[in-house]
Amino acid sequence: MKYVIIGNGPAAIGAIEGIRKKDKKGAITLISKEPHHTYSRPLISYLLLGKTDEERMKYRPDGFYKDNGVDVMLGVTAESIDPVRQTVKTDKGKVPYDRLLIAAGSRPFIPPMKGFDAVEKKYSFMTLDDAKALSEALTPETRVLIIGAGLIGLKCAEGISGLCGHIAVVDLADRILSSILDREAAAVVEKSLREHGMEFYLSDSVEEFKGGRARLKSGKTIEFDVLVTAVGVKANISLVKDAGGACERGIIVNDHMETTVTNVYAAGDCAQGTDCVTGQSRILALMPNAYMQGECAGRNMAGEPGAFDRAMAQNAIGFFGLHMVTAGAYEGEVYFERGEGLYKKLFYRDDRLMGYIIIGDIRRAGIYTAMIRDRTPLSGIDFELICKDPSLLPFGKKRRAEMLGGVKN
Amino acid sequence: MAIEFMYPEYEVLRDPDRCIRCRVCERQCANEVHTYLPEKDRMISDDLKCVNCHRCATLCPTRAIKIVKSPHTFKENANWGQKEITEIYKQASSGGVLLSSMGNPEKYPVYFDKMLLNASQVTNPSIDPLREPMETRVFLGGKTHEIKRDENGRLIPIKRVKLELSMPVMFSAMSYGSISYNAHESLARAARELGIFYNTGEGGLHEDFYQYGSNTIVQVASGRFGVHKKYLDTAAAIEIKIGQGAKPGIGGHLPGEKIVGDVSRTRMVPEGADAISPAPHHDIYSIEDLRQLVYSLKEATNYTKPVFVKIAAVHNIAAIASGIARSGADVIAIDGFRGGTGAAPTRIRDNVGIPIELALASVDTRLREEGIRDRVSLVVAGSIRSSADVFKAVALGADACYIGTAALLALGCHLCRTCQTGRCNWGIATQRPDLVKRLNPDLGYQRLVNLLTAWNHEIKELMGGMGINSIESLKGNRLMLRGVGLTQKELDILGIKHAGE
Amino acid sequence: MKRVYVNEKWCLGCHLCEYNCAFSNSGGRDMATTLMGVNIRPNIRVEEGEGVCYAVSCRHCEDPLCVKGCIGGALSIEDGVIEIDKSKCIHCYTCIVMCPYGAVMPSEDGAVQKCELCVKTKKGTPACVAGCPNGAIVFEER
Repeated sequence: MKYVIIGNGPAAIGAIEGIRKKDKKGAITLISKEPHHTYSRPLISYLLLGKTDEERMKYRPDGFYKDNGVDVMLGVTAESIDPVRQTVKTDKGKVPYDRLLIAAGSRPFIPPMKGFDAVEKKYSFMTLDDAKALSEALTPETRVLIIGAGLIGLKCAEGISGLCGHIAVVDLADRILSSILDREAAAVVEKSLREHGMEFYLSDSVEEFKGGRARLKSGKTIEFDVLVTAVGVKANISLVKDAGGACERGIIVNDHMETTVTNVYAAGDCAQGTDCVTGQSRILALMPNAYMQGECAGRNMAGEPGAFDRAMAQNAIGFFGLHMVTAGAYEGEVYFERGEGLYKKLFYRDDRLMGYIIIGDIRRAGIYTAMIRDRTPLSGIDFELICKDPSLLPFGKKRRAEMLGGVKN
Repeated sequence: MAIEFMYPEYEVLRDPDRCIRCRVCERQCANEVHTYLPEKDRMISDDLKCVNCHRCATLCPTRAIKIVKSPHTFKENANWGQKEITEIYKQASSGGVLLSSMGNPEKYPVYFDKMLLNASQVTNPSIDPLREPMETRVFLGGKTHEIKRDENGRLIPIKRVKLELSMPVMFSAMSYGSISYNAHESLARAARELGIFYNTGEGGLHEDFYQYGSNTIVQVASGRFGVHKKYLDTAAAIEIKIGQGAKPGIGGHLPGEKIVGDVSRTRMVPEGADAISPAPHHDIYSIEDLRQLVYSLKEATNYTKPVFVKIAAVHNIAAIASGIARSGADVIAIDGFRGGTGAAPTRIRDNVGIPIELALASVDTRLREEGIRDRVSLVVAGSIRSSADVFKAVALGADACYIGTAALLALGCHLCRTCQTGRCNWGIATQRPDLVKRLNPDLGYQRLVNLLTAWNHEIKELMGGMGINSIESLKGNRLMLRGVGLTQKELDILGIKHAGE
Repeated sequence: MKRVYVNEKWCLGCHLCEYNCAFSNSGGRDMATTLMGVNIRPNIRVEEGEGVCYAVSCRHCEDPLCVKGCIGGALSIEDGVIEIDKSKCIHCYTCIVMCPYGAVMPSEDGAVQKCELCVKTKKGTPACVAGCPNGAIVFEER
């Protein structure tokens, strides 16, 4: 069996580990555009922050490819796939496959902005090379303008906060981190970030860049030296789309990570599957999902059927020591608690927990995540107790004995 | 005197250099001796509440705690000691009968400690128990009087109901109620694993433990608590309890507060009602009456189970035992004055009864003289503390011993002697669920098995040293005993010679 | 594989496991001097409610969500034991969001900590098991 994996992120690594759980012998070829050993992209902001280094950023140890018998083609770009002959055409020649995984991730999306092309120092913040290039452009006096107050934009802001003079962030949304926080929670985090010297221009966007200045829709102007665009990402779907596979915003996959093209699978940020909380088909561009989708794809490619139907939004992120965790969908009734070092919202509907936002004391939040994932009926547990304090107490003796006595997840 | 001043008997010494405020002591003390003061970040103790059970000291992970006897003292003399004085104060204050638990602690002679054992030298070889088979198995029940043979001269076996014990030790009667469910489970499981027996006491038999019936002796006492057909049928043997070494001549009283849940069901006493065991059996005023009960029980169980009669060792023990031997009982259990209890009036416990060694010797002698020793087995109890005590008891004439206190010690009891409070920190003499769970029977039963396995090894070694390979050869073999520091009268009663003779 | 299991029927809520864990992972020689005045952060935690107590530590799942979710590759499975390489942890706490038992937690320095079955202390039986006074915590194959 010949496996080919396009991509070198967590979905790709998950696939290798998934394949090897079942098939120790089959040939695996990994094709990656980036020339680096597999590394964790979200760590690039920590690299700039000095909390990690290139060595420790490695997502798996140096011997990983060799130990798993993976033939690695780094710095090679996959250009197209021929689903009939089952080959991948790359800039270095053709690679045949029996099973193919597209784990090609996504690329920055840059909206059309007037004068953008003329901006001299402009960067994205997706890859290790992006991060290195950005940090080289910074001096302690540099004024940085970041377009996008999402996870990438703000992690970038935190990462460079010690390397530059000033940071301004513009976002079209009315709040920061609009994809994971509601208005109140966003205000809590925004306050903390402002205390670290960041400036925010919300419900606003750049009308025009001109001579080191950004003129906003609101009429305000921001002077800057370096521009970072972190508005959003676009899934890399062309390989499958061009081969005739079904795609929307991402490559459509079923619970086995199969695309509509025979023997072609997709996982990670380029794949669009089902959100187990809402039932919607969407891209869940998050590392845990990427890994688990990849692993599921790998197992299925190796002939071991098994579904991954537990994809959901789940985020853990921190800025300057303020931690926040979120998961699921923010729908239904709300349990709200706010206190010293804690902001907590639990969303519940139809006898199940739908989602949560917790800022500050995030301890044991995984117990809530598991309730969302497992659709734990709230009527069967002491909901009032678990709202206050996530523990295994509210589950009762019997369920606890299963949880703590066995080896299930 | 309106002011009551009781200085604490024990003091908790806490080493400030070692106490890490983990508060394990506080959580583990049912007497609430230890308290954490958050504002001072310090542990304090209320010594008055301390019963010196060592729970805190045992669990303290840094060994920061020790309990010492208070040096605070009265102006004692040889007559008026601390105990006598404080007891006066207590009674002057309460007007009540003093209560105690466990066995008689007073300084009466321990005859086991005044007897020494023999060993082989030159003329009769000793046996290495690690190389040669050694038999410690004993059977309880009357022996066959006559031997009958068939026409071919082969022995015709006569079926008699007997108990087979892998070694001459059993767990003595401790009721469910006086000790916990987990203590009972430990005893039952250990008895099964060891091939011996444990005894329900007069608290009935919890239905969970019917599975251990073939290793269970059920008791029928004056209150008849928990006695029903299935109870009798489940057991391997039935014991009629006449008396108990710790409190001869009096009955028992389990207060209504302890008659709850399973205890109530098992005893067949309504919840909250006091369970009063009368001092006498109201249907027994003579050996003939006793015989009626013995045979009632035999009849009820179709003559399939040996019947024990348990009595406390009192002055007239030999004559009483002779009567019991003639009542049809299969085993006489004699409980000496040091036998334990969950609660007894202090004066009774400390002043009534006689030592088991003397009682045993005189009973064995009397039954032999009367030619009826083979009708019954003798089981003795009342502070058997070691395999040496067992060994000496067998040499004096016992068929087996009951151990109670020793078994509880194996389960964790620290002999603090406050069983009557129901706050046993070791989960033994309590029914409080949070305390009961402190005794995990998985560990408890193993410790009992360990203890008796060790004793059995020791018994075999002692036997081997004498050149004896079967415990039966030791029984009543008083030549193997010599007295030290005993008067001629004591030697005569014990039926042994003095060392050097 | 042998794992740590807590039988809540026998757990006394004494919290000794927490102290034994903290001491074992401290590398100190003497508990009193090592833990004196220290606000301990054990990898096993006792939970208590009305008449109920039990300790919770990492289950060492066969299919561990924390490892799958770890964005930095700091969590890994070594011979079935889920271990944390603290030097690779960047304090994102994704693992905390993933763990259904709440058994992964932030340590004092921000990196996450979790039970590693005392493999790094090389003492054989995990300290919580060895020190449990009631046999409520066992280390066995199930």
